[in-house]
Amino acid sequence: MAQQAGWRSLPKGGVAFRLSTDYKTGDWRALKPVIDYNKCTKCMLCWLFCPDMAIVWDGENVVVNYDYCKGCGICANECPVKAISMVPEA
Amino acid sequence: MAQALVKPKIPVEKQVLMTVNGNEAVAYAVKQSLVDVVAAYPITPQTIIVEKFSEFVANGEVDTVFVPVESEHSAMSACVGAAAAGARVFTATSSQGLALMVEILYIASALRLPIVMAVANRALSAPINIHNDHSDAYLMRDAGWIQLFAENVQEAYDTTIQAFKIAEDERVLLPVAVNLDGFFLSHTLENIYMLPDESVREFLGGYRRVSKVKVDYFDEEVPLALNPARPLSFGNLDLYDYYFEHKVQQVEAMKSVPEVVREVNEEWFKLTGRRYGDGIMDGYGIEDADIILLAMGSGAGTMRSVVRKLRREGLRVGLLKLRMFRPFPFKDIADKLKNAKLVAVMEKGISPGSYGPLFLEVNTALYELKERPLLVNYIYGLGGRDLVPDMVENMVKGLFKELETGLVQPRLRYLGVRE
Repeated sequence: MAQQAGWRSLPKGGVAFRLSTDYKTGDWRALKPVIDYNKCTKCMLCWLFCPDMAIVWDGENVVVNYDYCKGCGICANECPVKAISMVPEA
Repeated sequence: MAQALVKPKIPVEKQVLMTVNGNEAVAYAVKQSLVDVVAAYPITPQTIIVEKFSEFVANGEVDTVFVPVESEHSAMSACVGAAAAGARVFTATSSQGLALMVEILYIASALRLPIVMAVANRALSAPINIHNDHSDAYLMRDAGWIQLFAENVQEAYDTTIQAFKIAEDERVLLPVAVNLDGFFLSHTLENIYMLPDESVREFLGGYRRVSKVKVDYFDEEVPLALNPARPLSFGNLDLYDYYFEHKVQQVEAMKSVPEVVREVNEEWFKLTGRRYGDGIMDGYGIEDADIILLAMGSGAGTMRSVVRKLRREGLRVGLLKLRMFRPFPFKDIADKLKNAKLVAVMEKGISPGSYGPLFLEVNTALYELKERPLLVNYIYGLGGRDLVPDMVENMVKGLFKELETGLVQPRLRYLGVRE
């Protein structure tokens, strides 16, 4: 672990001193969304509903950014064609 | 209030003499302090402050954004948001309203937001009561706010303006509660001297200036304020790896407060010719006193007049008026009280099952001394009960008799209650 700052040097008021993207929250995940591209209609609802912006459009498809996906399953729940399944992490 | 020997920058004849009650005095002070945002919810006995201030807003006399909210919880929340955006912010409340705010009070101080709040002190329910005691101020004792107490309407005006300067000082950055006794001050007319607008503006250095912060994701220091152009994140989740450091940082900030309060008190003195002791406490006849009364708020005025009378009768009694309750000036208190034989801590509030909160602090302060005065705690004036001068006089005379016998018991006493 990197050396953590003491109270004398931390910015005041608990203001965030690092970017939130520095924290890879993907390792909180118990269930992993897997997209079946044979069923996906590219309707983008999963992209729209993802609370962590962890579903991104790569130019051709929606893909899951597993660095930040916490596995909440909202995408799978919202998918109108049931193209997303929640698979237990190994 | 000491009289100036050196001519102040704004002598009395250039100040504005007005007859106002405590609430109006605070409203005028806020008007002159270039406040950006006021968010408040009405509650007796504070109501007149924001009522009067909303008139200034409606008349276009101030540039302040007035946010009428649906509760005190929302009032303090709106203040937190506005202060985090860099605004100079004011609110006012009392009693139950303050109780509803408590959750956000802790957040305001931890985020280091220099909000100023007037608390027109009122008893807490139940039984429901709208009159004065200090239960509400004691309720927020541990919330991380600076707590100042005014003795009269003039002091309420002066302290409100000073509070912005103290809160926003780079060494402090903490919210300040200005306490004025409900009805005794909030609704009582007094002739007071107000400064011309431009003098207050100059004293505060114009609008609020935001301090700078260095974070990893900007190359330069940036203003410590919310701004979409250079986003900062306030109020983040902070677990076992950083919470402790942030708390200690907030607690340590309190250590700079006495110094700043003294400086501001002196600066105010040079400007107006008025000061309140050293800004932290004000002694009256304490140098050679055998018995010292210690009090906060309007009761100190009554006690001072009794002390003056008893001094004329030859009794060695003094009064120490405490103006700053948080941070508590332990060392100064011990210094001032160390030569007395007995100290009576006079309080308008109690922690049931214990003593009055002020008594506990004084007790702690005196522990450092090798030889300590005896200490008793008088609880008086709960729910607005009058403190009559005769009552104080009899109390002091009784204490002198007890001193002679050498038996001073019990430590906790009530003054002015029926048995």
